[in-house]
Amino acid sequence: MSHRKAHGAVVALVIVSHSANLAAGVVELAAQMAKDVQMRAAGGTEDGRIGTSFDLVNDAVSELRTAGHDVAILSDLGSATMTVESVLDFLDADEAVHVRFVDGPLVEGAVAAAVTAQVGGDLAEVVAAGRARDLFT
Amino acid sequence: MSRNLNAAWALSWIRGAQAVLAEHRMELIDLDRAIGDGDHGENMDRGFKAVVVKLDAGAPDVAAVLKVVASTLMSTVGGAAGPLYGTAFMRAAKATEGDLDADGVVAVIAGALEGIVARGKATTGEKTMVDAWTPALAAASAAAAAGSSPAETLRAAAIAAQAGAEATIPMQATKGRASYLGERSIGHQDPGATSTAYLLATAAEAAESM
Repeated sequence: MSHRKAHGAVVALVIVSHSANLAAGVVELAAQMAKDVQMRAAGGTEDGRIGTSFDLVNDAVSELRTAGHDVAILSDLGSATMTVESVLDFLDADEAVHVRFVDGPLVEGAVAAAVTAQVGGDLAEVVAAGRARDLFT
Repeated sequence: MSRNLNAAWALSWIRGAQAVLAEHRMELIDLDRAIGDGDHGENMDRGFKAVVVKLDAGAPDVAAVLKVVASTLMSTVGGAAGPLYGTAFMRAAKATEGDLDADGVVAVIAGALEGIVARGKATTGEKTMVDAWTPALAAASAAAAAGSSPAETLRAAAIAAQAGAEATIPMQATKGRASYLGERSIGHQDPGATSTAYLLATAAEAAESM
């Protein structure tokens, strides 16, 4: 909560999926309960195939960081996660503290993270919510 | 044969790899269709074609070539091979300074394996490209320790990677998309281990013709 007061920006989300349609759909669903949360879909490859793109993910993160948001990233299957981790590896150390990967289920995690960001959660709180661990215990 | 490996070797390697991956595109697609999402042949072909275009401008040293391969594969491949080979070539580049003697070859292979393990969190026996890179590193280390040339060291690595790839056939996949198939993944050669064997074979060929 302190983060929001300090920076005036709600935590933003990047949704990474092998499928552009799936990423866009998750954004659409999560936005229903989080109208003020900035979300970017980074699904599919740059030429519209199934897969993930380092550049699409990196561009989405950069855009949101430039706008002053801390950023939580969610992904679907293994290689999407590897793409996200590659993007995180390339961030400078002072940038990296503002961008986190959420190791959680894509749909449930995105909704939980978005709602937490909407009510003013800081990055750590959004990441914790997005893991959605209570759904599986 | 005993010459150290320079930027000309690295360029020749990567161009050779592009040709071989294009030639084996359908084979890699078929291997990946059997136990994965079927995109490996297409992705490697597309990625290395983009790499070769980027390398048209040349590169000052081996590390620079490896860095171009890394960043281009990350951006263009799309599937798991992008971050895996991208990280492999990035770590290999970091392990490289100047031309490569036999120990330098070992350092490049060790860097690549370390990058793949860091990114994919796989270990041996899980039916992945780690099963080709791990024996390749062991064979290269042994060859370099025995006084082999850089080219001989790479050839030893390539032979071991090919054997490692073939050894994935009876394995059950426990990492990646193939693990969803459980026992039905047994009996197929891993596509990532196969492309690794092609990469190291072309590296050896390029060194032998220097």
